This record gives sequence, C-alpha cells and structure tokens, in this order.
Amino acid sequence: MNTATWFGLCGAALVGIGLYGLIANPEPLRKILAFNVLGSGVFLLFGVIARRAAAAGLGGDPVPQAMVITAIVVAFAATAMAVALVLRLLEETGLTTLAPDKPASTGQTEAAPDA
Amino acid sequence: MSILSFFDGGLVILILSIGASTIVVREAFAAVIAFVVYGLLLAVAWVRLSAIDVALTEAAIGGGMTGMLLLGAAARLRLAESTGARTGLPTRFAIAVLCGLITAGLAAAILFPPEVVPTLAPTAMENLPQTGLGNPVAGVLFVYRALDTLLEKVVLLLALLGVWSLAPDRVWGGIPGLRVYAQPNSTLTFLAQLLPPLGIMVGIYMCWVGAKDPGGAFQGGTILAAMWLLAIIAGLERAPSISQPWLRGLLVVGPMIFLVIGLAGFAWADAFLAYPPGYAKPLIVAVEAALTLSIGAALGMLAAGPPERVRQP
Repeated sequence: MNTATWFGLCGAALVGIGLYGLIANPEPLRKILAFNVLGSGVFLLFGVIARRAAAAGLGGDPVPQAMVITAIVVAFAATAMAVALVLRLLEETGLTTLAPDKPASTGQTEAAPDA
Repeated sequence: MSILSFFDGGLVILILSIGASTIVVREAFAAVIAFVVYGLLLAVAWVRLSAIDVALTEAAIGGGMTGMLLLGAAARLRLAESTGARTGLPTRFAIAVLCGLITAGLAAAILFPPEVVPTLAPTAMENLPQTGLGNPVAGVLFVYRALDTLLEKVVLLLALLGVWSLAPDRVWGGIPGLRVYAQPNSTLTFLAQLLPPLGIMVGIYMCWVGAKDPGGAFQGGTILAAMWLLAIIAGLERAPSISQPWLRGLLVVGPMIFLVIGLAGFAWADAFLAYPPGYAKPLIVAVEAALTLSIGAALGMLAAGPPERVRQP
C-alpha cells in the first residue's frame, strides 16, 4: 500500500469515528469536538484525492488543496459560533447536555455545525 | 517495506487512536488536549501528502486556534455540573454499526479508484505564469477561485457577527470575556514578552512568501491572531471593546479592498475579480496583505468570544 492509500483509509475511519461521537454523545462540547474529527477526516480524503491527481511536476492537485484550506477556516468559524451557543445555553439554562428528555434545547447546537 | 511506509503506518495508527480518544474519554478537558495533539499529527500527515500549505493551515487553525477555543469552553463547562447521561448500549451499538458502514463505503472508494484520475493540475500550472505567482495553491485561491476566497472572508465576518450577537443587550459594545492571567514573573508573561516580536515577523513573512512558496494570508493571519491573544491573556495588552472603530475598520479592510479590486475587474478586464495583464501579482499581494490583517483580527475576536463586560469609564 502506498502513502495515499494509507491516509485515505485513515480519513475514512476518522469520518466514521467522528460521526459516531457526533450522534452518540449528548454533551454539546463533545459533539463539537466530534464534528471537527469528522471534518478533518473529510479533508484528509480530499488530500488523498489531490495526491493521486499529482501531475505537471506538482505533488498534488492544487484545486482540492485550496478547497481544504478554505474549509479549515470555515470549520473554525462554525466551531467558534457553536462554542458561543453552548456557553450561552449554559448561562441561560445551566445545562451542559442535550439529553433526550430536554427536547426544547436540542435544535440549537446541533444545527450550528452545519452553519 | 521502506522506512517511510513504517512511518506512515505508525502515523495512521497514532492519528486514529488519538482521534478515537477525543470521542471516548470521559473528561471533556482530556478530550480537548487530545484534540490539539491530533491536529498537530494531522499536519504531519498533510506534509506526507505533499500539501505543505494545508499542513501549515491545519497546524495553526485546526490544532492551535480551535484547541484554544475549546480549552476555554471546557474550562467554563467544567464548573457546571454534568448530568452524566449517556446514550443506551443498544442505541450506541446501532450507531457504531451504521457509522462503520459509512467508513466501509468510503474505504471502498479509496481502495478502488477510477481508472483515469481527474486532475486540474496541468491546467493550473499552464496558466500560472500569466499571474506572476509561483505557488499554484495561491493561484487557485486568488485567481481561479477568487470568488470562493472572497465569500469565505464574508463567512468569517458573519460568524463573528453571530458570536457577538449572543451577548446580552446590556454588554453590547463591551469587552470580550477572555480570561486574563496577569501574574508578574510567570512563564506566561515571559513568553508573551518574548514571542510576539518573533511571531509578528513570522506572520508577515508567511504572508509575503505565500505568492511564491507555501504560506499565505490565512497562515500569516492566524499567527498574528495568536500573538495578539497571547499578549491579551498574559495581561500585557487590553482586549478591545467590540465597538472600537479601529477594530471594525481592521475587520472589514481586507474584504473591502478585495471587493473593490474585484469590481474594478469589470473596468480593466471585463470580468468580476479579473486582474489586468501584468498587474496580477502586485494586486494579489496587496489584497493578501490587507486580508492578513483582517483575518488576524477576525480569528482573534472569534476565539475571544462574545462581549461580557462594559468598559469602566
């Protein structure tokens, strides 16, 4: 197996791990962390696709690489927004969890990572 | 197997186990620390994939900035009592199976690639000399897909507006609630005095060199933001209140100059965000310089969070 395949499988596994954490853990801060792991797995897949498309003397296709740079910055902006929402939720309600018996607060933080 | 394949294998195992530990450990604080390490390891993986620009961004933003933001949040959330509620075992098992299926699907896509791999690298290199740039990634960001880059800056500003809007009405226009650890003679104070001059130089260099080599406005701006935050946290610099005109000017100057040059493209090259022949590189470097300042200010303010107190008169 070459480098690209190794990291491609790693990215695929990270997507699964991140998605599991995003769904299974009721604490919003842990959901944000899992969302970031999921995102970095997707970015890594992009990197592998870019590496495989290496041509014209470059180490990889620059188009997916530039897209990943944009994506990392946007993911940070979404994370900052989500963290601010979680801290405000704590301030307003004293809650640090999105456990199923509190359906009123579920929508807020889960929607934030998609922003 | 060569030594490099052992290195790759070991790196993959490390990334996967540390990535999994951010999900499974019980304490949120430990999970965030693991996440910072995870970000740095990913940066090494990006180097192995020959994407130095991405590696720099991942180390600076993915590990550093996000880590700092989450550490602050974890410290505050630790004070609140956790209910300790967890998802039931059968549900968790079902989630694990479904997520495993998604991983298997993606792995199949990686293991069985198409016969002809589509690539834009030759096209990107072919047109690069016209722009005067030497770094193809900068070429994509500021020439071929400049609209994406412009809109991304707007996304940063929108996110910052969203964060600021979460402040209660009485502190609107106040100072972000970044914690200050002002202890004279501490290591933090020493580092906050020692690092910023070097860091600011590295940030400016990173922005300047981005036209030719790996680097650029994002990476440079992040380093500037980190230096600013370090000085604020150590109590050497006061956090500005968000109503300061200079702060707001700094936030919009990059996107504004980008937009003005983009609109001028209608006049001198008949298209939005087009550059006149021969002047592409100086214009791009000017846009990057302004963007570095705006990105630094926006990232720093995003990490500092919504305003929490009003400045005492």
